[in-house]
Amino acid sequence: MDIIISGLLLGGTYALIAMGLNLQYGVARIMNLANGEMLVLGGLAAFWLFVFAGIDPFFTLLLVAPVAFAGNWLIYRFLMAPLVRRSKNQGALDVDSILATFGLSFALVGIMVSVHGEYFTYSFLADPLSILGTTVAVNRLMAFIAAVCIAGALYCWLNLTYAGTAVRAVSVNAEAAGLVGINVAKISALAFALGGAVTAAGGTLISTFITLDASIGVVFTMKALIIIIMGGIGDIRGAIIAALILGLVETAVATLIDPGLTLVAAYVIFLLVLLLRPQGMFGRRTT
Amino acid sequence: MKAYNFTPLLLALILLMAAAVIPLFADGYWLSIAVTAMMYIALATSWALFSGPTHYISLATGAFFGVGGYLVGAGMSDYQISFWTMAAVAPLVATVLALLVGLATLRLSGVYFVIFTLGLAEMIRNLVSWVQNNFLGSRGLYVLTDFTDADIYWMLLTVAAVVFALGWWISRSRLGFALRIIGSDEQVAKHVGINTAWSKVILFMVTGYFAALVGAIVAPRYSYIEPNVVFSPELSFLVVIMALLGGIHRLWGPLIGVIPFTLIWEGITISFPNYTTLFLGLTFLLIVYFTPTGFAGLLEKLVKAVRQ
Repeated sequence: MDIIISGLLLGGTYALIAMGLNLQYGVARIMNLANGEMLVLGGLAAFWLFVFAGIDPFFTLLLVAPVAFAGNWLIYRFLMAPLVRRSKNQGALDVDSILATFGLSFALVGIMVSVHGEYFTYSFLADPLSILGTTVAVNRLMAFIAAVCIAGALYCWLNLTYAGTAVRAVSVNAEAAGLVGINVAKISALAFALGGAVTAAGGTLISTFITLDASIGVVFTMKALIIIIMGGIGDIRGAIIAALILGLVETAVATLIDPGLTLVAAYVIFLLVLLLRPQGMFGRRTT
Repeated sequence: MKAYNFTPLLLALILLMAAAVIPLFADGYWLSIAVTAMMYIALATSWALFSGPTHYISLATGAFFGVGGYLVGAGMSDYQISFWTMAAVAPLVATVLALLVGLATLRLSGVYFVIFTLGLAEMIRNLVSWVQNNFLGSRGLYVLTDFTDADIYWMLLTVAAVVFALGWWISRSRLGFALRIIGSDEQVAKHVGINTAWSKVILFMVTGYFAALVGAIVAPRYSYIEPNVVFSPELSFLVVIMALLGGIHRLWGPLIGVIPFTLIWEGITISFPNYTTLFLGLTFLLIVYFTPTGFAGLLEKLVKAVRQ
């Protein structure tokens, strides 16, 4: 029971990060390997504002999201769009964007290490609370609730609004979306920026219960990638279920075997997905 | 068939001889830099054998290198097996690992492959540490040999020469031709009857073999082997960056990337140790936005401009 509850709480926050990456890769077609650094930046902002100004991380969230949105929009506009224009096919774009975002990721880690090389340790709402006989920290629960709210809002926006429909159309087929009068470049930039904002918000939430540091981003990038591949690229519903599964499995392995083996567990899942269902749990087999 | 042009071969032999006598002149500090450079030349060139024609970015170098170094350490320290036996066995283990990774990922698109190799070194490190701590007792592994830096340098030079010869041979073989077609259009390659997955897997096994062999040869340099040291994700990135910086569309491309980068990298690690990551990131961006074909591409453009 302990494992199930902590696993689900962890999975909820993973789902949010994976949603961010899903918007960036599924819609804007940019494999953003600097995604984890966006998350760490969100955490760093929460840490700083809390330690130096005593600002509630949930209030920081309101600040982090628009700033990350603007920052990621600029990244797309000035760094990614030229790559989209020069690449002949998706394969070439993947190689270019992977290398460029590696560069971005290392540059961001380098800057963060020189700014704050230590752990982002702070204590916020670390009070125990009992749910169904299991003791959980209030911050974990609050982060989970916030993640569910953000994910829910995003889901409704994608499915109920005109702009959301355009985003989904680009995700299904960018060329066809252009033919029916959708401004693909603009929607891609929007999706990339939104994805970055969601990921940074996830980082702010995670920093309330996991101690981050400047170079931990790649771990989260890896997890987000495994989740979106497991759920099917571009599939929000699949990503949520995949995130919950990963959260559960990681917690189970950490509790029952050894906390050092969580990455190994994630890899086993990854391998199974690649071998059995490379198109994702709910994906349809394409060419 | 046109007549063989012997100039490149002659040039290669002269370079090889020049490289072979370096330890007779250089000593201490410069020799150790030469060993590092030779290690990266072998790694980056063998990396480019696979990634050059296929455009699949492999980040598994650190994992294979670690397998080589760790197995040499474990074999010599725990089982008193000779260095030579382990140096022969370890690359074979890495080749099998490459086969498995290749079979799981290379049938799919390049993105899956990059992602899988991204965490591979770290994953194996976690697994090895766990096995070592729980079942073998956390003893350190000592690699005690009487090799000098010069011996290691000559061994690495031999490996590098073999990699170059192999690369030259592959580029002229059916396999090399198949890989170039896969790199320019995988659909076309499939339609003309190339077994794309196997071609990629075989080349990937070759790079895995050499990365582990280099890891095994370099192991005596560390003397004391720990999973944290040999399974370094940073190594994978350094190899990628040096190869791309030099240019991966030519066999000699990585060579002209490794030498300047190793010197600059040494300088930065000593003078500005806090800025190595930032430097790595900026170099990546430099490559993508300004020199996508590397130094080799720039050089060729220059030569063309001069001739006109």
